[in-house]
Amino acid sequence: MLKIADLVKRYGTGEPVLKNLDLTVEGTSIVAVIGSSGAGKSTLLRCINRLVEPTSGSIELNGVELTSLRGKDLRMARRRIGMVFQGFNLVDRLTVMENVQSGRLGYISTWAAITRRYPKDDIARAYELMERVGIAQYANTRADALSGGERQRVGVVRALMQRPEILLADEPTASLDPRTSEAIMGLMRDLAHELDLPIIINIHNVTEAKEYTDRIVGMRYGRIIFDDAPAALDEDAMEAIYAGSPGADRAAGAQAA
Amino acid sequence: MSALHPRTWARFTMRQRLQRYGVLLACALAVAWALDSIDVIWPWVWDSPAQMADLFGRMVPPDATNLPNILWVLLETVNIATLATALAVVLAVPVAWLAAQNVTPNRATLWLGRLILVSSRSVNTIIWALLFVAIFGPGIVAGIVAITFRSVGFVGKLLGEAIEEIDRRPVEALEATGASKAAIVAYAIAPQVMPTLAAVAILRWDINLRESTVLGLVGAGGIGIVLQGAIDTFRWQEAATVLLCILALVIAGEIVSALLRRRIL
Amino acid sequence: MTAAVPRDWWRKPPLIANPLARWGLRLAIAVYLVWAVSTLPIDWARASEGLSRAGRIFGGAFPPSFARSGLLIDGFLESLRIALLATAGGVALSIPVAFMAARNIAPTPVYWIGRGIVIVARSFHPVIVAIVFVKAVGFGPFAGVLTLIVYSVGFVAKMLAERIEEIDFGQVEALRAAGAPLLPTLFYAIFPQILPRQIGLAIYQLDSNLRASAVVGIVGAGGIGSTLANAFGRYDYDFALAIMIVIVGAILLTEALSGWIRTRI
Repeated sequence: MLKIADLVKRYGTGEPVLKNLDLTVEGTSIVAVIGSSGAGKSTLLRCINRLVEPTSGSIELNGVELTSLRGKDLRMARRRIGMVFQGFNLVDRLTVMENVQSGRLGYISTWAAITRRYPKDDIARAYELMERVGIAQYANTRADALSGGERQRVGVVRALMQRPEILLADEPTASLDPRTSEAIMGLMRDLAHELDLPIIINIHNVTEAKEYTDRIVGMRYGRIIFDDAPAALDEDAMEAIYAGSPGADRAAGAQAA
Repeated sequence: MSALHPRTWARFTMRQRLQRYGVLLACALAVAWALDSIDVIWPWVWDSPAQMADLFGRMVPPDATNLPNILWVLLETVNIATLATALAVVLAVPVAWLAAQNVTPNRATLWLGRLILVSSRSVNTIIWALLFVAIFGPGIVAGIVAITFRSVGFVGKLLGEAIEEIDRRPVEALEATGASKAAIVAYAIAPQVMPTLAAVAILRWDINLRESTVLGLVGAGGIGIVLQGAIDTFRWQEAATVLLCILALVIAGEIVSALLRRRIL
Repeated sequence: MTAAVPRDWWRKPPLIANPLARWGLRLAIAVYLVWAVSTLPIDWARASEGLSRAGRIFGGAFPPSFARSGLLIDGFLESLRIALLATAGGVALSIPVAFMAARNIAPTPVYWIGRGIVIVARSFHPVIVAIVFVKAVGFGPFAGVLTLIVYSVGFVAKMLAERIEEIDFGQVEALRAAGAPLLPTLFYAIFPQILPRQIGLAIYQLDSNLRASAVVGIVGAGGIGSTLANAFGRYDYDFALAIMIVIVGAILLTEALSGWIRTRI
């Protein structure tokens, strides 16, 4: 269970990007986070695995408070949180297998990592997952030789190799064409059910969000203003989430303050 | 119609023209100053074409009797360049790591790295060689150390810049998996800068080949010693052979490095 | 299906697929390194003595002595004169050479002559050129100027020829179509395209001539390098250090200055 309470993130001295945010994700549900650019979706996700340092508040994953962790403890916690990126963030010049195994870097020794002597179990698991998403034949191919959809499959497998307790996906389909995008969304939904894995997905495409997820969280200007089943997302809710501009919101916020 | 436009045309405005003439005048004055005050004996200058023709005449035909020895020393010259480049690459990696803003441990190490790079780069190979000949005595070891010292700055600076320009996103992805610092360097940073390191090493090897031909003139080994010896004893025909060998070596080096570069990149 | 392939075993595919070639290459590199290192005449007694010698040199060098700063300033000004004259001469001379060495302009035989000049000028380290000129025209700054003219032609003509090969030929055709004769075509269609590059190159070359003049002086071609070599020869290490500090300072200054000028134009 992921439990976020009273989370605040402020860059420098400006207006907070996240404003006293509360969110709980239970069980194995797939949660879509929607909202216009600048609403704070990406910051929210990056606060969870501390790629972005929260200003205050608490984030608890299965009973472990994440916000206070340092050094090795933080790395241990990050191993349990998988992340998929908009730009795939693969290492282009390494093979697909190395990219996939880099999801295990938090577990294996640095020596094993540098000499590429991966544990048998990890290799078997990698082939299994790669076969599941259809990229096993590329194990020895360099990552930059793959198409966008294949690259994102590598990204997903890398995250799953961590055997994560939760998966964060930051606009995972925004760099893909519509068909590939649907394929990746379907894959993530199926994998979530197969692996009993909760997923939080930041997503721009509302149609996909409605089709592939169990719950939709609408963000606007650092706050959650909608949190319900996909079916409940009607025109009014859409209007509330997407109307206006971040600039107007900032002006209004400054007036209120 | 276009009454607003003047009927004369000039490419530059008055101010631009003054600026351009000013810069030209300053250049001319600088050259005039240098010509006027330089310490040369002008009759010698007028005589120099004849002197050079005479020297050239004494060089032909090149004398190849000493060729086996020359070729052997030429091989030694290649060894100096190769060993020094290898050593420099090994030493430059940690220095580049210190001098790259995005991976250096802290401010102090950043400045330490930059200090090493600047001092290595600012002192010419020959001057390093003068110093190391004084320390180690004349010979090839002083030459290797001198070239290494100069090359560390060159390789380290370019490698450090490559590290600073890497794509941050794979690094972020590996941080998110809980990988250690060392593992991130090995998986996300090293693969990105490897091609640069290889290209810079090849480039520096090419330069070092040229530099190692002159080390001998300050006693630090290589073909320069043979050249100096031939010139000092007025064996101009042998000197011509040495010069031709150097020319062949440098051109061969350029071809080899171009081939290597194409293989790697 | 692919039951034959074990699914729990993986090795990174090697860079060179053929195992014979791979191990052959590794072996060749190892053998070369062992051989090259074994030919080094390392005299351990001399080297250990070297440490105390290094101590003596550095002890003698600190604190640097600026007592004879008159000599230092004279040497430095001479370097500046050499660099200025060599840059002016070299840049002027490089223009015809560059046109000769540009494949798209020069007829083939002329092209090869031009390329030949560039290759020879580039292949010889300035120090080698300097000892030849010192023998031909005598010790002093004139030999230095000649050396650096050759050095400048090697670099500037090469870069300029590459620029000329890249020019937009449409502009030349437009002028030819308008019936312009050869020289106006040159001035209107080609010079404007290469002039910015040539100015940038001239500034860069002035900077690098100033550095090189510190080196060619060591073999007697005038300038601060001669001052430095004399100081070393007389074991005046404190004066030598002072000279080196000034050289490094001047290099950093001119590097910053030429970088600043090149961003302005």
